[in-house]
Order: sequence, then structure tokens, then C-alpha cells
Amino acid sequence: MSAKAILETDGKAILNYHLTRAPVIKPTPLPPTKTHNPPARLASLYFPADADVNGVLDQAEATYPWLLAPGIKLVAKPDQLIKRRGKSGLLALNKTWPEAKAWVAERAGKLQHVETVDGYLRNFLVEPFVPHPQDTEYYININSVREGDWILFTHEGGVDVGDVDEKAEKLLIPVDLKEYPSNEQIAAVLLKKVPKGVHNVLVDFISRLYAVYVDCQFTYLEINPLVVIPNADATSAEVHFLDLAAKLDQTAEFECGSKWAVARSNAALGIAAAPSSAGAKINIDAGPPMEFPAPFGRELSKEEAYIADLDAKTGASLKLTILNATGRVWTLVAGGGASVVYADAIASAGFAGELANYGEYSGAPTEGQTFQYAKTVLDLMLRAPQNPQGKVLFIGGGIANFTNVASTFKGVIRALREVAPVLVQHNVQIWVRRAGPNYQEGLKNIKSAAQELGLNMHVYGPNMHVSGIVPLALTPGYKSDVPEFEG
Amino acid sequence: MLDFDFICKRTTPSVAGIIYTFGGQFVSKMYWGTSETLLPVYQSTDKAFAKHTEVDTVVNFASSRSVFQSTMELMEYPQVKCIAIIAEGVPERRAREILHVAQKKGITIIGPATVGGIKPGAFKIGNTGGMMDNIVASKLYRPGSVAYVSKSGGMSNELNNIVSLTTDGVYEGVAIGGDRYPGTTFIDHMLRFQDDPNAKILLMLGEVGGVEEYRVIEAVKSGRITKPIIAWAIGTVASMLKTEVQFGHAGSFANSQLETAAMKNKQMKEAGFFVPDTFEDMPSLVASVYQQMVKKGVVTPQREPLVPKIPMDYSWAQELGLIRKPTAFISTISDDRGQELLYAGMPISEVFKDNIGIGGVMSLLWFRRRLPDYASRFLEMVLMLTADHGPAVSGAMNTIITTRAGKDLISSLVAGLLTIGSRFGGALDGAAEEFTKAYDKGLSPRDFVDTMRKENKLIPGIGHRVKSRNNPDLRVELVKEYVKKNFPTSKLLDYAIAVETVTTSKKDNLILNVDGCIAVCFVDLLRNSGAFSAEEAEDYLKMGVLNGLFVLGRSIGLIAHFLDQKRLRTGLYRHPWDDISYLLPQLAKGNPGSEGRVEVNL
Repeated sequence: MSAKAILETDGKAILNYHLTRAPVIKPTPLPPTKTHNPPARLASLYFPADADVNGVLDQAEATYPWLLAPGIKLVAKPDQLIKRRGKSGLLALNKTWPEAKAWVAERAGKLQHVETVDGYLRNFLVEPFVPHPQDTEYYININSVREGDWILFTHEGGVDVGDVDEKAEKLLIPVDLKEYPSNEQIAAVLLKKVPKGVHNVLVDFISRLYAVYVDCQFTYLEINPLVVIPNADATSAEVHFLDLAAKLDQTAEFECGSKWAVARSNAALGIAAAPSSAGAKINIDAGPPMEFPAPFGRELSKEEAYIADLDAKTGASLKLTILNATGRVWTLVAGGGASVVYADAIASAGFAGELANYGEYSGAPTEGQTFQYAKTVLDLMLRAPQNPQGKVLFIGGGIANFTNVASTFKGVIRALREVAPVLVQHNVQIWVRRAGPNYQEGLKNIKSAAQELGLNMHVYGPNMHVSGIVPLALTPGYKSDVPEFEG
Repeated sequence: MLDFDFICKRTTPSVAGIIYTFGGQFVSKMYWGTSETLLPVYQSTDKAFAKHTEVDTVVNFASSRSVFQSTMELMEYPQVKCIAIIAEGVPERRAREILHVAQKKGITIIGPATVGGIKPGAFKIGNTGGMMDNIVASKLYRPGSVAYVSKSGGMSNELNNIVSLTTDGVYEGVAIGGDRYPGTTFIDHMLRFQDDPNAKILLMLGEVGGVEEYRVIEAVKSGRITKPIIAWAIGTVASMLKTEVQFGHAGSFANSQLETAAMKNKQMKEAGFFVPDTFEDMPSLVASVYQQMVKKGVVTPQREPLVPKIPMDYSWAQELGLIRKPTAFISTISDDRGQELLYAGMPISEVFKDNIGIGGVMSLLWFRRRLPDYASRFLEMVLMLTADHGPAVSGAMNTIITTRAGKDLISSLVAGLLTIGSRFGGALDGAAEEFTKAYDKGLSPRDFVDTMRKENKLIPGIGHRVKSRNNPDLRVELVKEYVKKNFPTSKLLDYAIAVETVTTSKKDNLILNVDGCIAVCFVDLLRNSGAFSAEEAEDYLKMGVLNGLFVLGRSIGLIAHFLDQKRLRTGLYRHPWDDISYLLPQLAKGNPGSEGRVEVNL
């Protein structure tokens, strides 16, 4: 739970819906609008692994009839948190629907290399193409820091915006909104290099954008290019956000969930309500719950999704990220801090490339939850082909505050028991370090289970440094004078 | 927290009172060593602060949803100087609003998303330091000379451990929490430690993400902090991974090179901090810095005080299997404590998977065993047959009248059930008893009937108002047919049928009725299904299990009558006068009984 990136489609939907609705912090130079924006035209196309590409595209025509409007020109691009898509050739501009369709069909479900990452293209955004003169392209960025929110603005937006840190005008909005700057101050700081004629229009837009940023609890918002085409008397303007990246504060779900949802409802997106089928899911809000996609190239595997689901259903914390499924070094670590320390130690021993997973369990999970968690990790480890050098498993953790170690270890031991012969077959070395309430019992049990099952295991208690077992296991010649746990 | 106070030899608890806006409790009982003490509980913050003008610290245990509002309220009181916020998942904007106000008012916020902090020998927040045995193991009951600040609460425990193993112990430890915007950051506490003459060695455990460590570096460079600092930033792995990973803490995410752990460690080292090469080298580094300080005379090790003792909590000792006590209750049929509800050892999921039916559930809960399928289905058959017998029988009547008096379901049901006894519905128990007794004595059916007549006793289970041999009760036929077909033997049923032959030869309607039939068949089941020993079978009959069958079955009908009356919106029932004979004694004519009416004593 933290600040999480959202899809471009969702960011645009939120802006489109809330720009005219979010309460502005101070009156803007323009009179408040009487009408709201028409439904956003955002065709989001998702291609699951086994999808029939043409089927998805045909379905899109039914869902978004405006795609078939005569003479419409479109933009198509993958929508998967990929940065600098234009530079990777992942942007199709000014296309007819048949052209856009062909462009998407050619890429959907294909492996794509972007900078250092490979990933499958699964999600595309198709929206109307907006022809505009170059001098109406702006760049705006709002991001949060401890003291407040920075607004960065430059009149020379676009793909080649360059180093915005250097060239953008910056304005810090303090946390206490009573200290919000006046319209004149905003114009004076941010719009220095913009012709006076469009000041009112831009101040109005920036104020509204910031209002949405606050009201919907964004933590990051970047629009580039932002296209603002004022009308003849500059009392209002056509505003288009051509490209957008945003993060929302996931922890604010209880305050903003309904606002996020309504902006993404069928009505807000101009989608005719589908005849309610019997199996239709009932949402808790007026629209679907916000989705927080995994970064590009890191699709949630079945197992990760399973653990995320388990995590969502309990007060305990269960996290799993697969880094390298064929890696030699696996971790089963309790505690948010300790899990990072373990990953550090493995990397500094020179095994960053072999580190198979990052994860942690904490907050007093039950024996059953720990079992499910451990079983998932063990299954993944033993599914990968055997390694001639064997594998290493760290069952680690700090000194628990209130988790009963013996009880969570019972779950771990149960999982070990189920796969014991395969663990031996894969030549897995197991290193254990744990402390906290009732750790003596937990360590004793795991040790005797290992002896009974013929596992290659070393067990340590609080005398050993939290991650001291990592160099012991991975660094040749590393010695420690801390004795193993005796029981 | 009070346990900690106690082993630190405080004379009064550090907690003055509890603010709990729900519920109407006024005091809360807490352990104070081996005895107990009462803490006042307040429903409103106003009252709490009015009563305790000396209080300046609040540990806010409110959830992430309500903690913003309650913390803002707390900061309205000028006496509040420090608030610890435990909740995880406080929205970032709210956290910033809190810290903004706190800064203006000069209030120290610890957290959110923290376990808190500890001042050995004096005070601890919430769960900091773990259980008491760990606090004792890390010598947190008395102050040392190392003051630390860490992001992670879990790792702060690890620091307590390292420090206690390598030095004279912890002087103070604060976990500022893993969120992006902690209320106070490293620098706030490091400056405090610098200014506190008892803190000799400073220790800082930073993390990937944020730039707060650099403010400490600046303070060292400017000469504001002069005490030795040992430091490490965890999360060095992040820069070595191919994709971005969100670690356990919300704030542990590097948005720029400056925020990486590697850069922080490098710059801290350059600024003259003691920075180990890896976190695993931390203990030896702490030890060597401490030894230097002892040599320089900055730290003088103190004599160890006696290790204090704190009694173990009963529930924890029990979890560890260290103690036991005799129980007041025993249950041998069901268990709701585990992952799954168990009926006589059978998990509820299997109850449904095997589709054992209500008869199967009854056999598990009543008899603690799986009965053969035919037996379970017989139990269900009995329930179906006894479910209702029309509105005119006494149980149904009572239920109807009670319902019409406007009473609720349970009262109306119970009113009906209370009529069940030796006369109404009791024929089952009676029939089972009489037939079994006669059969076991070896009386021939004719002898049995004769004996009963001689004793002027009716035979329970024999006779029907309207049904007769020529007009048989279909319900009885159903039971007989089922038992004959499915039971291994039906000796008592055969005996009862022979008795019926004797009685019907006297009068046509003296047939084996449905109660009698069920009763004898049930005895056959108990005795001959092989599932019960002879003693068990007798025992269950004595306990009145047959009555149980009738009560359970008839409850279906009684509830039906209740619902029926409610549905019909029937009004209060009053019996008509003309249906009652009023025969009162006339006092002038002497004592009752002398008015010429004959009363019969039965």
C-alpha cells in the first residue's frame, strides 16, 4: 500500500470527470462552467494471453461506437506504464480506425523490448487524434514532497521537452491549502514565458487540475504535451491531455475510492450499459474499483496474484515478487525490514542475478496462511529445473515483536514436509535464522523436522546477526563464531 | 507498556488514562506486576485532558481511517507535546497535513506506521521491543549509552539485540515508521540525541527512498552534530535489480539516484560516519566504536542491576505449553477453534462433500459416530413423520394461542414444546420402555397384554382414534416397509406386531400406532445396527433420546403454525364462555365437595 502508478486511460478518465467537479481551492479567473465535460473517448483494449486479437478489436467497435465515426483520426499506443513510448516506436498518430486496428493487431500479445526490460504488450489505448499548432503544446507536472506539492510548467512541451528540472518554472503549493497562492502569483511564477492572452485560461486549468490532484489524492501527475487551444475571446479553452502519467495514493482508497470509481464508470466513459447479465458483479461504488497494474515487463504471475489475494484478505502482510524464476537463491523471510536486509545481503554477496524472489510475511499471519505462503514459494523453487550447483533457501527473519514464531514455523514445516523429497533431489541448502516470541520452540521443531526429513539445514537464533546466515551460505570461506541453535 | 514500567521500577504507571470513544467503560483493568491496577477510560478527549493536565504524550492506536481526525483533534490541546501514530496506511496527504500542523505547533509526531520507540528504564510505546523476555534479553530495563533511530520497527528490535550484544546497551530508540512522510525524521531525533548528554553514540538505520539521511549529513558537516554516528541504509539491492520493486515500506522506493541506499551509504561514509561494508558487518563495527569510546573515557560501563522478573501472562504461558489448569466444561461433540468447524471430528466441508444429510449430522452430534446410511435416513424419516400432526393437538394449540397473543417465535415455539411429556408425544419413550421390558423378560405377546391389563395400564403405542386394522395408518405402513427392507433385523418390531394381533382381536382400533412403531424400530436400530454396544443402547434410551427425536421433528410443525398465524394476522384468542362449564362452590352450602357433585380422585 503506497503511491502506485495507474494506467493512462484511468488517469485521463479521472481528469475528464473531475476537472469540472472537484472543488477549486480559490476562485479562478474564469467563471465556473455550467456544463461538465462530455464522456471521455478512451478505448482501452486488453489482450489476455490466449485472446483472439481480432475478436477483441471487433468487440471494441461495439463498446466504443465512436471508433467507427466517418473520417475519424486516431492515436494508438500501449498503455502499460511504459515511459517514452514515442522513442520506442510505440506510438501511432493520425491513423484511421482500420490503420489503427492493423497497428494494434501487429503488436498485441507480442514480446517487446523497451530500454532494459522485456514484456508482453497486452493493453492498448486508442483515442481521437487532436490536430493542433506546435505553440499550443505545454508541459505540466505536479509532484508531492514533504513540504507541499510542486507544480512544474513549461510552455515548450512535447516529445522533446528535454530536462524539465532545468527549464520548467516551479511553484510550491504548501500543504496547508489556506496558503494557496493567488491567481496573479500562479501566473507570475509559472506563466512568465507565456503570452498574456492565455494567462486566464491557463491559470483556470492549472487550478482545476490541482484541485483534482488534491481531491483525488494523486501523488504524481505529468501531462506532456498538454494542449490548450483558447477560443477567440480567451474566456475558455479546449484542453487536451495528449500523454499522461500518474500515481495515486492507494492508502487513500477509503477516502477517494468512490471518486476514482465513478470516473471510470460506463456512464463516464460513454459506454452503453450492457444488458445486466446474471453473473454481473456488483461493485461497491458507482464504477469498477481502481486497478494498479504491475510495472511493464513484470506481469503478475499466477502465484504472485494468489499471494496478493491472500494478502488482501487478512490483516497480516504477505508479499511476493518473482525476480528470476530460475534463480538459485530463494527467500522466505518474515518482516518488511528484514526482507530488504536479506535481499541486500544476497546482492552484496554477488548473487543479485541469482536472487529468485523478494517477499515477506509479517503481522502475525496464522499457521494456515504461513503454510500457503511457504508452499507457494517452495513450489516455485522446485518447479524450476534443477541446478547443478544446487539451490539455497533462506528461512529468515528478525526478532518478532508479537508473532508467535513456533506457530508460523509450524506452517513453514508443514510446507517443507510436503516437498521434502524434492528438496533433497534439487540439492537445496536451507539456512534458518529467526527470533521473537517462542522462537526456541519454533527453531527446535524445524530442526528436528529437518533431521527427520533428511534436509540439509542450518538453524540459528538471535545470537546470529539478522542476515548473518547469508554470507555464511553464499560467501566461500566466510566463518562465524556463533554456534548453531542447539534446541 | 505497564509491564515495562514495572520492570523499570516505576512507582506509578506511565499511562494516565485511555481515550476510547466507543462503548461505555469507565475503567480498564491492567496488570501491574503480579497485581492489577485500574486505568480510567474517557469517551471524549476533552474530559481526558481536563482531568489530566500533566499529560503531554499520546500514543494514538486509532486505525488508518480515523487517525487523521483524532490526531488533528489531539493537537488542539496545547498541553500535547508528542503523539505517536501506530496506524499503517495513513494517506500521504493526511500524513503531510498532520506533520505540517505539528511543525507549526512544535509537536513531535512519531510515525505513522511505526511500532513507536523505547527509552530503556523509563518508557516504551506500544509493542516496541517485543515481548517481555526479549526486553529482558536485550537489557532494555536499564539505560545504556547508544541512541538509535530507525525507519523500520521490526529492525529496531534487531538493533536492540545488536546493541545489547556489543555495547552497554540502548539509551533510547525511535522507529520513525516506513511511510513516505514520517512526522519526524532522522534529523529531528539525531539533534535531540546530540543535545542529550547521556546519549554517547548515535546509530541510524536508514533506507532506500527519501532524502532525509542527507539532512543528518549536513548537520554533521556544519558541526551541529559532533557525536560519533554509526549508520547504514538498507535496500542496497534495489539498484542491482532489473525492474523496480516496491519493498515492504511505502516510502522505500528510490525516485532518483540520490535516494538509493548505495548513494546514501557512500555519502555518509564520506561525511565521516561509521558505515559498515555490509549490514552483516554492523555488529563488529558497533563493538569497535563502543570500545573506542570506553577507551577514551566517554563511556563508563555501569554495574549490571539485578535482572527484574515479570510474571508471564497466563494465555501466553498456555500457548507455550508451560502451564495447565483443570477445565470447567468438557465438550466431546464439536470444536469451533480450528481452521474448520468439526462435528465429532468431521470437518464441515466434508459434511457437505459426503452429503451426509441432516440424519448424518444428527448421528455425528447425538451419537458421535457415522451411522450406516440406512440408519441416518431412518432418523430423517422419523423427523418427517413427526413434523406435524395438525393444529388440534395440544402442542400446536399452545403455539397458536401464544402466537395470537402477539409473542415472538421463540416464546410461541417453547409454549408448544413445553406440552411434550409423558402424555403428549411421550408415547414414544413409553412404548420403547414397555415393549423392551416385556421382550427382554421373555413375556409372550399375550402375557404382556394380560399383565398390562391386570395392572390397569394402557399399553403406550397401541391404539388410534380412527385408524384400524382394516383402515391402516399409512405412516405406520411406510415405517414398517422401510425397516423390513433395510434393517438387518427387526425383532422388537416383529414382537410389537404380534402384540397388535392380540390387542386388535379385542378391539379393531387397538393397532400399533405411529409412535409405537417408531419407538420399537428405533430400539431395533440401537440394538442391532452394530453401531452401539448393548450398554450404549440402553443408556441412550434412558437419556430420552426418543423424546429428542420428537421435540426436534415437531419443532418444524410448531414453527409452521407460528408462521401460519402471523401470516394470517390472527388476533388475540379468547375461549368462548359457552364452551366452559362454570361450576363454582357455593360457600353458604358448606365446604366444596358437599354440593352434591361427585369428584373422582384418580
